[in-house]
Formats: sequence, C-alpha cells, structure tokens
Amino acid sequence: MEVREHIIEVKDMVKKYGSFTANDHLSFHVERGEIFGFLGANGAGKTTAMRILCGLSYPTSGEIRVAGHDVYRERERIKRKIGYMSQKFSLYEDLTVSENIHLYAGIYGLGRKQIVVREEQLLERLGLAHVRNRLIREIPLGWKQKLAFSVAIFHQPAIVFLDEPTGGVDPITRRQFWEMIHDATEEGITVFVTTHYMDEAEYCDRVSIMVDGRIDALDTPAALKQQYESVNMNEVFLKLARS
Amino acid sequence: MSLIIDHIDISFDTVQALRQVDFEVQDGELFGLIGPDGAGKSTLFRIMASLLVPDAGRCLMHGHDVVKDYREVRKIIGYMPGRFSLYMDLSVEENLAFYARVFGTTVEENYDLIRDVYEQIAPFKKRLAGKLSGGMKQKLALSCALIHRPEILILDEPTTGVDAVSRREFWDMLKKIQKEGITIVVSTPYMDEAEMCDRVALIQKGRLLEITDPSVPSRSDGTALFSLRSHKGVYAYLEKVRNLEACMHAWLFGDQLHVTLQSERDADHVKSIIDGWGDSSLEWEKIIPSIEDRFMGLIEQNNI
Repeated sequence: MEVREHIIEVKDMVKKYGSFTANDHLSFHVERGEIFGFLGANGAGKTTAMRILCGLSYPTSGEIRVAGHDVYRERERIKRKIGYMSQKFSLYEDLTVSENIHLYAGIYGLGRKQIVVREEQLLERLGLAHVRNRLIREIPLGWKQKLAFSVAIFHQPAIVFLDEPTGGVDPITRRQFWEMIHDATEEGITVFVTTHYMDEAEYCDRVSIMVDGRIDALDTPAALKQQYESVNMNEVFLKLARS
Repeated sequence: MSLIIDHIDISFDTVQALRQVDFEVQDGELFGLIGPDGAGKSTLFRIMASLLVPDAGRCLMHGHDVVKDYREVRKIIGYMPGRFSLYMDLSVEENLAFYARVFGTTVEENYDLIRDVYEQIAPFKKRLAGKLSGGMKQKLALSCALIHRPEILILDEPTTGVDAVSRREFWDMLKKIQKEGITIVVSTPYMDEAEMCDRVALIQKGRLLEITDPSVPSRSDGTALFSLRSHKGVYAYLEKVRNLEACMHAWLFGDQLHVTLQSERDADHVKSIIDGWGDSSLEWEKIIPSIEDRFMGLIEQNNI
C-alpha cells in the first residue's frame, strides 16, 4: 500500500481543565487527502481536540504537528493552512454572498484579482451567481451550507475541519454536501469531520471513535464493522459508547 | 382525537411558513414531524402551544381551540421548545419545583411519571442548569415538561445535536411515557428516528408532503429501489450509475448507493451492465425504501 504523508500527527495529547481530563493521551495521525471521521458522544472530548488542532487552544502536554507545524510555537502558520466550518457558525448573516467570499478570502490573504476570478468560478459551479448580492440570511439553509464549505476551502487549505457540517439540512442536500467533500479530496485537501449522522461515518476513509477523552477505536468503516460484528456504523458506535 | 390541525396557513413578512397544513393525531399516539431546518416544524409547534396565532385554519388540542381556549390548552400540554426552556441560573431541583408550582402541582405528586428520566440527573440536583451538559439539560427539560402530567406532550427537536447513544436513550424514554397514556408529538431532523414513531408526517418548506406509518412500506409510483455495494467503496460508481439511462436518481446511502429505476422492468438490463464493469464484489439487490428514501423521493418528485 502506498505510504502517505501524515498531515496531522498527534502523540500523547493530553488536555486538562483543573482536575478534569478532556483529552487523555490521544495518539493518531491523519493522512494527506483522506476523509477522517472524528466521532464520539457529546462530552467525549472532540471539540477540545479539534480546537487544539486548529491552533485555538494549547494542549497540556503531547507532541502535535498540523500541516508540518508545531501546535505550541507555530499556531499562526497552522491557521493559514487550514479551513474551518461548523453548522453553528460559518457565514455572516447580514453580509451578502459576495461580501462573505471577499471577507474570508481577504482574511486568508488572497489578492483582490485572484479573489474576483475564483469568486466567478465558485458562484458558477454552485449555481449561485444570481444571488451574489443577496444577504446570507435570505438564502435557503442548503445553499448556505454549500457556500460555507466552499468559502472554507476557498484559499485551498491543506486541511479543512468540519464540525457537524450537515446538522439540520434535508437528506438530499446532506448527500450533495458529501459529494462536495469528496470533490475537495480529489483536489488534495484533507478533510477532518465530526458528525452525529452515523451513515455519514461510512463516507469517511477512516473513523476514530472517542469515549471519555480517549480514542477507543480507529480504522476504516469496513474494518470497524467487522471487528465489532455490526451491520452498520450506528451499531459500532452504540457498542463502543455504551460499554 | 388528541390533536386536530385544520388547514393552517401562516406567513411572516413575505415568507409563507406553513401552507394548508392539515392532519390529526390519535389519543395515545407517538406522532413524528420529520423535516429539515426551515421546514416549518417549530412554527407549527408554537401554534400548538398557543404561542402563535395562525393566519387561517384551526388547531384543537383535545377539543380546545388554541386561540379561543388558550388557557385550557396550556394546562393540558407539556411543551419542550427547541431552544432550552430552563432557567440557567436556577439549580436542577429549583427548575423542576418552579415548573411544578407554575402548574399548581408538586414534584411529589407526579414523581412516578418522571422518575426514570429524573433519577439520571438527580445526582446533580444542586447544580445550576446552565452548568449541565447538553444531554442532562435535555433530560431536565423533559422532566419539567412532564411534571404536571400533561395529556399531550409536544417536543420540538429534542435530539438535535445529540449523539447517537443519548438519542437512543431519549427515544426509549419517550416510549415509556407513551405507555402512561400521554399523546406525544415530536419533531426531528434525523430520519432514522422516524422508525420509532407510530406515524410520521414528512414536512418540507411549509408543506406536508405525506403522512405515513413507517412500518408499512409503500411505493406506488411504479419506480423501484435498488442498492449497490462494493468492497472497493461505492463513491467511484456514483457518476457511472447516474449516467445509466434507466436511472432516475442515485445517492450515497451509508456504505451503499441507493438507485431509483424508472421501472422494475429495467432491473435485469441494469444488472447486466453492472456485471460488465469488472468488479466481482459489486452487489446489486432490490430493497424496500426506508423513510429517508421516501422523503428523498418526495423532495425530488415535488422538485422543492
């Protein structure tokens, strides 16, 4: 099998809040270009880990590199190489579609001319050219989600972090969203994604499942189903999180 | 009849949030409203809870009109809104006592009804509600909505953003509450939860698309649904399948593709094409549509 670069490398990551251990010696890696599903029950420690990987919070201890950079000393470099999108917050509701694209692209340091060219391509591809001057709050949720994802990868980051990106959207939009994720990986972008929809875990190349601050399982969906004698990822998840 | 929704319309500014929504819920039924964000589910719940007056149509809760008899309605319903209904600066036990007193009862009087739910959070009863985890807040909110032993319990997206394990536990609790004779109307964006309901209404963009019993399969439009699996993963086959002439729709579905054919008569022909793709691990079989398949079919049919 081809050996791929480890775009995220985590060794013995610990994060404590007072006496509470949110991340208890996590060790794993993510390969360049894969879709990595980061699953776990509420409160298992996913958000804590994700914030560290995004350069938003320091770990208590451990050795962690993201896109080749150290999470203690090179956080600003990490931030330039990643994209982030969550269901809870992604686009500014009181700015237009076009203004949001320009704002985010500007923050990530793209030049004006480059932004204009890529904006055209993006709106064309999403079929959203006709709403470019509409406020975000006026467009349907499904469009919003697709646009938010496109904006998160507009600067062609090495890794995009998606925190429950498909919450609340209809089942067709959800699937179209996953097709966009697959397309992004074909452009070489690595995808790190959390979700509560267990069918979406099947769309990942590899899946980790966190329980009480630790990673209790990590493998391809097919291997996990075999190991836990389950017909789908929902069963795998229930068996792990309940044990 | 526990609940009658009679041709309800409501608009906000230029947006028609509900149009001609019309259905009934039987006594003791566990009835689900399934649909994405923005479908109009919360608006409908607020009308049922007498918090919003529809532009047209009627809503009766056990015979009481939510506009004219709103005082009666509020006594017989328990309402758990999507956003939390708890007082974050009161403790767990204070929240519960507060709701009991508002409804003129005591925690002791109906404790047997909430015992199963409340005992899971009772160890934290001195903690402020604002300091609870999402799952615990949800259990407390359910306890508060039940403490006056309502005849009808309405729950607006109680499991949104909640992990698969807690969601399963929550539905087990609802089943027990239903056995106490309480009618339950619950909304969710998770299609798999539909299977737990006696009947579900599928709702999208303010319109009721269908009311259905999840245990009874139906596909009356002559189309046929098939699944495709491969050890190599199915994403690579998505475009290929969509390009087949007989294929109406194909979507990712867990580790499979779900493929809608115009007619079952096309199945053998499609099978022979697939056999020619040179992947011996490909499995092609006819399947019974799940609620999610049916909802997707309805969305595409109505082109909404």
